[in-house]
Parts: sequence; structure tokens; C-alpha cells
Amino acid sequence: MKGIRPRQKITQADWIGYMAQRAQQARNPAIQQFFATELPDPETPIADVPMVALDLETTGLDEHRHAIVSIGLVPFTLKRIKLAERRYWVVNPSRPLAESSIAFHHITHSEIAQAPDLDVVLDELLEQLAGRLVVVHFRNIERPFLNAAVKSRRGEGVLFPMIDTMSLEARRHRQTLWARFRRWLGRPPVSIRLHASRERYGLPAYQGHHALVDALATAELLQAQIATHYRPETPLKDIWC
Amino acid sequence: MDVELLEIRQHMGRFPPFDGLSDDLLDAIAEQVEVSYFKTGSDILVLNETLNDLCYIRSGAVEVYRSQGELYNRLGEGDIFGHFSLLRNHKVRFPAKAIEDSLLYFIPNAVFQRLCEEDDHFADFVELERPRLETAAEQQKKSNDMMVTRIRKLVTRYPVMVEASTTVQLAAQQMSEAQASALLVIKEGSDNPRFSFKDSEGQTWQMCGILTDSDFRTRIVAEGLSPHTSVGEVVSSRLITVQSDASIYEAMLTMLRSNVHHLPVIYRQRPVGVVHLSDIIRYETHSGLYLVSNIFNQSSAQGLARLAPDVRAAFVRMVQEGANSQMVGSALSTIGRSFTRRLLEMAEAELGPPPVPYCFMVNGSMARNEQSIVTDQDNALILSDDFDPELHDGYFYALAKIVSDGLDTCGYTYCKGDVMATNTQWRQPLSVWKRYFQDWMANPTPERLLHSSIFFDLDSCYGEDHYVETLQDLIAETAPKSPLFLAAMSRNALNRTPPLGFFRTFVMEQDGKHNNSINLKRRGTAPMVDLVRIHALACGSKAQNTFQRLNEIGNTQLLATGMSEKLSYAFEFLCMSRVRHQMIDLQEDRLPDNNIEPENVEDSERHTLKDAFQVLSNAQKFLKFRYPMPAQRQGR
Repeated sequence: MKGIRPRQKITQADWIGYMAQRAQQARNPAIQQFFATELPDPETPIADVPMVALDLETTGLDEHRHAIVSIGLVPFTLKRIKLAERRYWVVNPSRPLAESSIAFHHITHSEIAQAPDLDVVLDELLEQLAGRLVVVHFRNIERPFLNAAVKSRRGEGVLFPMIDTMSLEARRHRQTLWARFRRWLGRPPVSIRLHASRERYGLPAYQGHHALVDALATAELLQAQIATHYRPETPLKDIWC
Repeated sequence: MDVELLEIRQHMGRFPPFDGLSDDLLDAIAEQVEVSYFKTGSDILVLNETLNDLCYIRSGAVEVYRSQGELYNRLGEGDIFGHFSLLRNHKVRFPAKAIEDSLLYFIPNAVFQRLCEEDDHFADFVELERPRLETAAEQQKKSNDMMVTRIRKLVTRYPVMVEASTTVQLAAQQMSEAQASALLVIKEGSDNPRFSFKDSEGQTWQMCGILTDSDFRTRIVAEGLSPHTSVGEVVSSRLITVQSDASIYEAMLTMLRSNVHHLPVIYRQRPVGVVHLSDIIRYETHSGLYLVSNIFNQSSAQGLARLAPDVRAAFVRMVQEGANSQMVGSALSTIGRSFTRRLLEMAEAELGPPPVPYCFMVNGSMARNEQSIVTDQDNALILSDDFDPELHDGYFYALAKIVSDGLDTCGYTYCKGDVMATNTQWRQPLSVWKRYFQDWMANPTPERLLHSSIFFDLDSCYGEDHYVETLQDLIAETAPKSPLFLAAMSRNALNRTPPLGFFRTFVMEQDGKHNNSINLKRRGTAPMVDLVRIHALACGSKAQNTFQRLNEIGNTQLLATGMSEKLSYAFEFLCMSRVRHQMIDLQEDRLPDNNIEPENVEDSERHTLKDAFQVLSNAQKFLKFRYPMPAQRQGR
């Protein structure tokens, strides 16, 4: 993820309190509805948490200069990823699309020209996310982009707890004593990108950079991570951030 | 179709039974798939749980168990499981466990049912496995009618029996009255316990022989004998019988082997009837019998060659009917011998009677009665010791040439190792043959024996049978006392080893390497034959057939208890696998060979094959230890 500027981590110690507070303050009905939908208690075993894997494809890495091009999501639980309930939208970024990102996302100018503004699909998107725990790979894209995009359209942003499969990987491979030792030895750090992470769990290689495929890939990765390093009884609070 | 589901669709579309589905159906599946990840060792399906989805392995590996916990199957990428339960009561009957980290696709029952309804191939694929699964064990035993039906079923009445003193005229009248085509000739008393019996009054009788319609023609009328001649004078002393509980198939093979058309049926020593070839044919039309009688009706090699498709058809039919490898091997060998005999008859007709007596010997698979549909010819000539090369070899070379060329025309290709009677070295008088064998056994080296081991499977096909019997006796007497010979043979028997088994679409070698196909003869049946031959030689057995050899070995202490049975099963399975794959080749209009490709091996077959390879491999290890090389011997 070269080129991402260091940013302050956006997180909350008390997500439930934050969500309740936002529900009270919200003026936009869709956003109000989103925050009012109850999330699972932080003590809930992960096996009982309804989740949704989310992936955004964007024109770049800076939410202030770049925009969302496509959104993919797949609802799932620890037991099953429900492809039948998948959703996928291409949206008009209203910002110029660099040639390089066309090659990257396989989304063309004409597709985008016909696509609606994010605002049109936003109500539906929020409805899908409400009440489910959102799972992403690298939250520092999804969280600020979604927040900024919603804020610019509805006057208020959306922040909510997420499970970040990349940070779960980082816990294993970047923050351990062993990882620090490796770094000290000058070894390259273990890759925690989606594809490389999946490989470690024996998950198949998918054609990447399609929002829905990546969302599916992320859901599978989380199932694999929980099966490998956690237990179905692990409380949600140990995993989200 | 949404591009995002291509990933799933394309994957499934590569594997059966999905590979034959229409695009619409594939889309319908991909749309509805649910995905789940399973860590190594975790349960996927638990016995008696409710199952509502068909399971598809996207990546990883899964083991399926029987309800008692024994391993049923090991599955990999693209395999499905759970359909068995979906087709029944939705209760898991075969629990499944991930043996590698696995990603599974679950196809909801509604979609599965739709696939079964809309696509016949899919339905066949998932349905087919049901009987295969349920009766895997029984199926091996199950066989067609011919093999389970006892020959006594074809006996409709008591045989016509006459005393040896009866005149041929009276006997002929009795036959006509009874509308019988054969009668049994008996006399009071007993001089051969084998064919003596007591009648209901306690009187002891001796069965002397059988007199058939054609005997009346050839032995009596053609010879111009008086009607007052007694039947005892003309009856042939050669009596071939069958036990009443033998299967029709066995009876048929007995007829084929002995080239007779009538068989007295014996129950507890007593003749209870006579079956004729036509009885069997009536019972089972298209049979190998037609083929053999057809062989003997041909008057040219070209005519014989035209029967080759019939041989293949008979083979396919036999396998489809569930014949075991012994039946197939025996029938094909009989057919091969019939070709050889007919060619010899034609050669003698062309060249005139032989100047000195001879025996046409067959070697290799034909001698063992284990011929397959893919075979070459291995034969030799044993000549009388009166043989004078100057005077007689021209005749025998010409004879050998006619037979060898004829066999080649009929599909029995020339032997690459030149083990054929056309080779001067293998066209020798009995005394020379004796020297050959004595020399092989007395001065063995693995190198020398490499090409001569084929002669240690030997049988007479035509002519003076006792020449071959003399050699068989010599071998049986000398071999057990020749440790060097056995050691050298063992060394050679280890040249070809079985693979470890299969994994996914590869043959897994002992060293972990992968291959795309396996020659089941070179890597399975042939090393097994070699191995069994050595034990048979060591225990002085004169049997040639591998199963018979194993039987005789089983009667000795040579192998651990139960080992010869185990080898028997393994050999049977290896042979049948080869036979089945050759049948598939023929059905699909390919040239049959000895290769099998792992992707054509059914899952159940894979496991059994692996077991068979294991048995063979262990037996090979034991061989090395049982018949050590001389250096080791001297060291002790």
C-alpha cells in the first residue's frame, strides 16, 4: 500500500456508546436508521455475530482527492458466506478516472458514465450494513472513504466498528516478538496483503481488485483466521476495532 | 452473468458433473452457492445431522467415512459429496472431515434437485454412485447368471447308460429311443476309483467312457465295424466330467479346454446327466463357445484374423457380465490356444505330418491361463530326441513360421524378446530343453535369467503334452534345491516396483514424485506374477496359474498365514483393474493398452488399488529377505 499517508487511527473505545450517541444526533433519516440499528454486544461470541464483508474500489488512496468507483458486499456468518445475498454497485466517482486505475479495477469509462452517484445507492448500502459487523481488509481505506463520501452527500459521516482481516494478520506477523526479531535481522516483513494472507491459509487465488470478489475473499479469510487462531466463542470485542 | 461470480462458475465448470451443464444452470449454481472454510481436522458433516446442501471442494482435501468410522473416500479439489444423503432422507450417512485446510462451496438442496431434474448427466452422475457405494463389496462377488448358476440346472434327465458288453447296434437303438446324443458306458466292478460309483441297489459300477453321436460315425461306421461290436471296444478311455455344483461357466471352460461337446455331470461320484454344448448355448447364446467352434471352422489365417473383433466383443461382454479375472484370463487363453491349435492343424495340413513327434509349448501369460486382450505371443517347440536338424528342421521352421505369422495376423503380435518357435534356440529337442533348464537353475545370474524367466511359465498347447510335463517335473524337483537360482530370480523380480498410490490426478511414486499415468502390467500384475512364481518354484509347485500357485503356496509354511490369500486378492484386483480399463478403451474405440490414467480411476478403485500396491510392495520386501543373494549367504 505504497503512498498511503500516515494518518491518525480512527477508532473508538466504546463503540456501542458512540453508535447510540450518533443515532440521537443524526438528522438524515437513513443515517439515523443506520446508527439506531443495534449492533451485537461486544461480549457476543464471534460465531453468533452477523457480519458483512465489504470492499470498496477507489480511484486512488486519498479520500480527499480520490473517490469510490465500486462497492461489493457479501453477508456472512462464521458458518456460511451467503453469495445469494451479495450486492454490487458501480458508482460515478465524479472525479477523473486515471488510466492506471482502469486497468486495475477492470471498470471502464463507459461503465462509470452510466453509473449513478453514490448518493442514489447509499440508503440501500447503509441498510445492508446496519446491524451487521462490517469486515474489511485494511480498514484505513474503507473507513475514511465511506465516511468522507457520506459526509459530502448527507452532511454527516458514518463511522462504525469493523473487523479488519489485515490487522488480524498484522497481529500475527508484524507485532510479535518474532516479527520484531525478523525486522532486526533485516528480513523483509511477511506480506499481509489480501492475496498473500489468503495463501497462508490455503485459500485459492482469486482474480483480485473486483469489489465483490475481494469482499468474498475477505469473508473467507476471516473464516480461516478465526478457525486457525481463535475459537467460535471468542468475544467480538477481542477482534473488532 | 455477473462477472464477480465467474470465479466460482469457471471453477465448477471444470469438474464433473458440472462440466456438462448448460451455462444457465451453472449460473444458477454460482448465484446460490454458500461458502465456508474448514480448518484441517475439523468436521464438515457429522453423522445423522440434517444436510441441506451438496458439498463441493473448492480447495483443500476431505475424507469421507462410513458410519462405523472406517475411511470411505479421500476427495480433493472439484469433488462433491453429500449427494447421497440429499437423494435420501437428508440425514448424513457418511460423515466428512477436512484433512487439509479446505474451502467448500455449498449448493442448496433446491438447486441440487433442479439440476437432477433438468440435467440427465448430472442426475446419472450423482445417482450412479448410489448402487456403486452400497454394494461395492457385494458387487465384486456378484456375477452374472452363468457364473452363479450350477451346471446341474441344465441336467434334465438321467444319462443313458449301457454296459460295456452291449452291442453298438443295441446301444444306438437305446440312444434313438431316448433321443440322446450321448451315452455312458459302464461295467460292473471297479478298477479306477475315480470313476466308480454305487447304484441305488448298492451295486458298484465303473464308468468306462462316453459314446457320442459323432463317435458312432467316426469310430464305428467309418471304420466299418460290425453292428455286433461291443461298445466297450470302441469307447474312448478319455473321460472328462464336471461336478454338478460347478458353475455353467466352469463347465463351459472345461469343454473349451478339452475341446469336447459332451460332459457327464457327476454328483457324489455318480453320473446324474450329460450336458451338451448346445445346452449351454441355449442357456446363454453369445458365448465364447461360438467363438471357439468358429475358430476351428476356419480354413485360413485370414479367416482366423477376421474373428479378432469377435474376441474383443466376447471380452467386453464377459467383463460387463461380471466375470472375474480368472474367468477372463482363462477364456482369453483358451481362445488364444484355439487359434494356435487351429494354425498348427492348418500347418500340418499344408506341410504334411511331422517327421518326428513334437510338442508346441506356450509360455508366459498363455501358459498361466492369464491372457489379456493386449498380448503378444510366447511359444517354443520341443521336439522328439529323434530330431535330426539336417533332416527335420526345415519342416519345423516352416511350421513355426506359419503359426507365428498366423498369430501375428490374428492380433497376437510377435514377441519382442524373440521367444518364439521361429527362433532356432527355442526349437530344440527335449534333451536340449532339459539342459537349458538345468543350466538356468545351476548357473544362475540375474542377467541370464532376465530373459529366460518367461520359460518358467510353461504349458503344452498341442502335440506331445508329456514333453512339457517332463520339463515341469524337472523344474519342480530342482528349483526348491537351488537357492542361488531363487535368489537371482528374486533379484530380477524386484526390478519393477509398484507406485505408492494416487493423489488427485497423479500417480504417487514411492519417492513422492508424481506421474501422469501408470502401466498397470509393468507396475502391478507383472511384478506380482514374478513374485508368486518364485515362491511357487521354491515350494516345488507345478501349477502355472498365479492363483493356483498361490493356493499351493498357501498349503506350505513359506509365507505367513493368510499371506497367500492376501496376495490373491491383490492380484485379482490388479488384474480386474487392468481388464476394466481395457474394456473402457475398447468401448471408446481406443486401442486397449496396459496404461491407466488416474483421472479415469474411480474413487473407490483408487483406494483398493493403493491397498493392492501396498500388499505387493510388502511382499517384494519379504522376497529380498527370504531369498538372499549369495554374497550375504557366504557372509553368514
